[in-house]
This record gives sequence, structure tokens and C-alpha cells, in this order.
Amino acid sequence: RNKTTCLLKADIISTVEFNHTGELLATGDKGGRVVIFQREQESKNQVHRRGEYNVYSTFQSHEPEFDYLKSLEIEEKINKIRWLPQQNAAYFLLSTNDKTVKLWKVSERDKRPEGYNLKDEEGRLRDPATITTLRVPVLRPMDLMVEATPRRVFANAHTYHINSISVNSDYETYMSADDLRINLWNFEITNQSFNIVDIKPANMEELTEVITAAEFHPHHCNTFVYSSSKGTIRLCDMRASALCDRHTKFFEEPEDPSNRSFFSEIISSISDVKFSHSGRYIMTRDYLTVKVWDLNMENRPIETYQVHDYLRSKLCSLYENDCIFDKFECVWNGSDSVIMTGSYNNFFRMFDRNTKRDVTLEASRENSKPRAILKPRKVCVGGKRRKDEISVDSLDFSKKILHTAWHPSENIIAVAATNNLYIFQDKVN
Amino acid sequence: AGGPECDRCGLVEDTQEKEGILPERAEEAKLKAKYPSLGQKPGGSDFLMKRLQKGQKYFDSGDYNMAKAKMKNKQLPSAGPDKNLVTGDHIPTPQDLPQRKSSLVTSKLAGGQVE
Repeated sequence: RNKTTCLLKADIISTVEFNHTGELLATGDKGGRVVIFQREQESKNQVHRRGEYNVYSTFQSHEPEFDYLKSLEIEEKINKIRWLPQQNAAYFLLSTNDKTVKLWKVSERDKRPEGYNLKDEEGRLRDPATITTLRVPVLRPMDLMVEATPRRVFANAHTYHINSISVNSDYETYMSADDLRINLWNFEITNQSFNIVDIKPANMEELTEVITAAEFHPHHCNTFVYSSSKGTIRLCDMRASALCDRHTKFFEEPEDPSNRSFFSEIISSISDVKFSHSGRYIMTRDYLTVKVWDLNMENRPIETYQVHDYLRSKLCSLYENDCIFDKFECVWNGSDSVIMTGSYNNFFRMFDRNTKRDVTLEASRENSKPRAILKPRKVCVGGKRRKDEISVDSLDFSKKILHTAWHPSENIIAVAATNNLYIFQDKVN
Repeated sequence: AGGPECDRCGLVEDTQEKEGILPERAEEAKLKAKYPSLGQKPGGSDFLMKRLQKGQKYFDSGDYNMAKAKMKNKQLPSAGPDKNLVTGDHIPTPQDLPQRKSSLVTSKLAGGQVE
């Protein structure tokens, strides 16, 4: 019985990420494993079936560890996966748990040499005395084998728990961020990293905020942002100084003091920050909203979208069951015109920034058949509930969609619903 | 808005002027009614410290052996209902600690059918 529960927990997906072309989709889970899906080539015969994603490779990225010195259990859960842009036939990705970042190389082998002189077909050594002729080994096709090998291990640089990794646009460096510090690494060097942000106070009693997410600008390799538990975002320029404790820009929406409550700070904590593909905007997710900010305007966001405002009247119970601390992620589509984020009851939301229309969809096997078009959902807030609507009190808070991903150029999305992965595509006309 | 809770939280008076009570304030009142000793500062250090200490297990073999020696013939206190929280006088025993999971089981995503 216990073993079954353990397996289910390990299967919980903790991160989802398309690579830069969208050909590959990686998932990481609580059990420290990575599963990579590859889009199949579109065949001329089946025009109506656009490329589907099939399992390409799977490997154990991280193992559970115990830090005996600090009496600390280090979970193998993969917090984030980030792909490197492809530079040769192999694929490279970074995966991280709470403490250690690893660079993995995923490569294909579809040929093998045959006709050795010193070995027979089974690999056993031949007696040199029996060899009378020489032959040249030839490469023969074999069944495709995909191998994943750890190429670098970036360890021992984080006292606190890593929440983000981000590959720089220079493709030579990347950053890893924990609750209080951000480090800059060179891919080739594993025994040192530069600390570029340190918000640890001299006296821990004075701690008021932590770093919740961080990301490099998509084009400017000197610029990055990090968000905090107090709902603020700081933009830093690495050219200004070696230690970027002083921000270049500070994004914060002023709060109406009369609206303040016990929950204000908790629900303002930013759980994710993402640059738009254009690099002009950043999107942040806090407990109830998604906000879009213009990098040129620090005093307030340019757009605010309500994800599930009806939860405002449930904050007490959401605090008691810890759901108020759930960390939802948010994503842009390829053209930055639509944003998506998850909610509860296996619902996820999409907001069209141009038309200002939004939709709620559900990722669940019970309520939709494969290849059927998803039906929009609606949560009923009070009073009369229509037939198709779901009341706030019936929402299942254990079914949370924290992780989603959007293909870089097409309308294909990946949605992680606990231990299930859903891939949705635009319908073919 | 009236009733015994109002006297304790004192917030409702301020908002009675407004059109309706902010839902968060009503939720806050509910919470404070349930947990009157809840910290004065909203959000704040308590959460952050708890967050920073995630994963901490307090088994210390030195403490354990010293406690055993001190106790001599007495029974060791066993873990309370919350096995993860180890505080004060309770000396954790190996049985109290969560068992290490066995690793290397293939993810169900890797083996499953794609629908």
C-alpha cells in the first residue's frame, strides 16, 4: 500500500518546458525523473493528424539526498528544466532540484560499427592467433537509441532552495536563483559561480522578503529580473556592478491601504515572472491575478487579469489548507498576444491581450474525449447556478494546474494536471 | 455585520461605512476568530522562516544517544500526531523519520499510452 502511494507522489509533474523549436517537450517530476517527448514528423498521408508527441527519452536526473551536516533532506523533485538552443545534433538541457543544477546531453545513436577484427559479434575477444585476414569495420544501421548523459553538475552553490534557472542569450552563461541569492554560472565551469544578487540580511530576524523567481532578458545578456514575495519585481543590469543588489528598475503597484488585510502580502507574492518573447514586457503571476508590465513603466502594470477572483471569499480556508501558498506559473504564446495560467479543479485560463476575451478550460479525461474540442467552463459565484456551471464550493483544490507550457511558434500547449500531461492543439480547419 | 467576532477583531467597524465588507476582511475576521494568537504582522517573517527551513529533519544521533542515556530505564516519549514537527523535549527515534524512498522506477509518463 505504501509503495503505491510513493509511486503516485513521484509521478507528480513539477515542470514542463518546450525546447526552442517546439520539437521537444520535457517534463520533470517529483521523483527526480525527466521524460522528453518528441513531435513526430508530419506525414504526407495523414494531413489531418498534425505531429503528435511521443516519448523520446527518459532518465533519472536527480536522486534524493541527505545533508548530514545540516540535517537536511534534499528532495529529488525537479523544480525547473530549461533547454539550451540547439547547436549540433545533440540536445542539451538544464535540470535542477533544490540544490543542484545538472546539464544533460541527449543524443541519438542509430548506427553501430560491425565487423571488428579483435572481437566477435557478441563482443567476446578473439584469440589473435586465429585471425588470418583483416577487415574494415563498417557502420550499420541499428534501432534508434536515445541516450542521456550528465555532462556537468553544478553543486554546492546554494544554501537555500533553488526556485529558478535561466539560460542567458549569450548561450555561455546561466543563472540559478534561490530564496535569497542568485548565482551566475559559465556552462564550462562547475567549481565556481559568481554571486550576483544577495538579499540575505545580516540579521535573519530582519528578513522581510525572499526571491521567488528570476529570468534573463531574451535578447540583452546583461539584463535580468527577479520577483519577490512582497509582489515587487527588480530589473538588474550586470554592467552596473558585479553584485547587483541595487536594482536598475523597481516595479511595484501601489496598494490602496484601505484594502489591506492579513492576506494582502501573501496573495501579492509573485510565483512566476516571464519576459515576453519581444523582451518589451514582463508577466507576473500572484495568487489571484496575472499582470503584464511594460519595462518602461515601473509604477504599475499595464494589464491585470483576474484568474479566479471568486477565491477572495475563500481565503480563510485556503490559508488553512495551505493552498494560498500554491505557486502557479504563467506563459506567453509565441506572438505574445495570449497568456495562459492554471487554476484549481484542473482548470486553466487563457487571456487574449488584444480582444480582451478570456476562456476557462479543463484538463481532465472524464470531461473530454481525445480529439474532441474543449468546452469552455464557467465557475458560478453565487445565486443561481446554470446547468453547465460549477459552484465555487464544488471546486477540487487538490487538482491544481501549476505548470503549463506553450509551443514557441504554434498553438500547441502542454498542461500538467498533477500526474497527467495533456497536450492540446488548435483544431485543424 | 454584527456578533461576537466583531468585538475581537475590531476591523468590521472601519468598513461598515463602505458599501460592503471587503471579502478579504471578512475572511481575515474568520481566521482571527479561529486562531486568536495569530501573528500581528501580516505575512511576514514566520512564513519566510518556515519556507527557508523546508526539508529540515531533526534526527541527531548524538542527541538521541544522550537522551537514551539520560532516560535510563524510562520509556522514550513517542512521536505525536504530527511526525514532521519535532520540537522541544521530544527525541526523534529512527522509527519516526519518514522512510527513504526507493528510487529508479520509471515514470508513468514514459510508459503510458499517448491518447
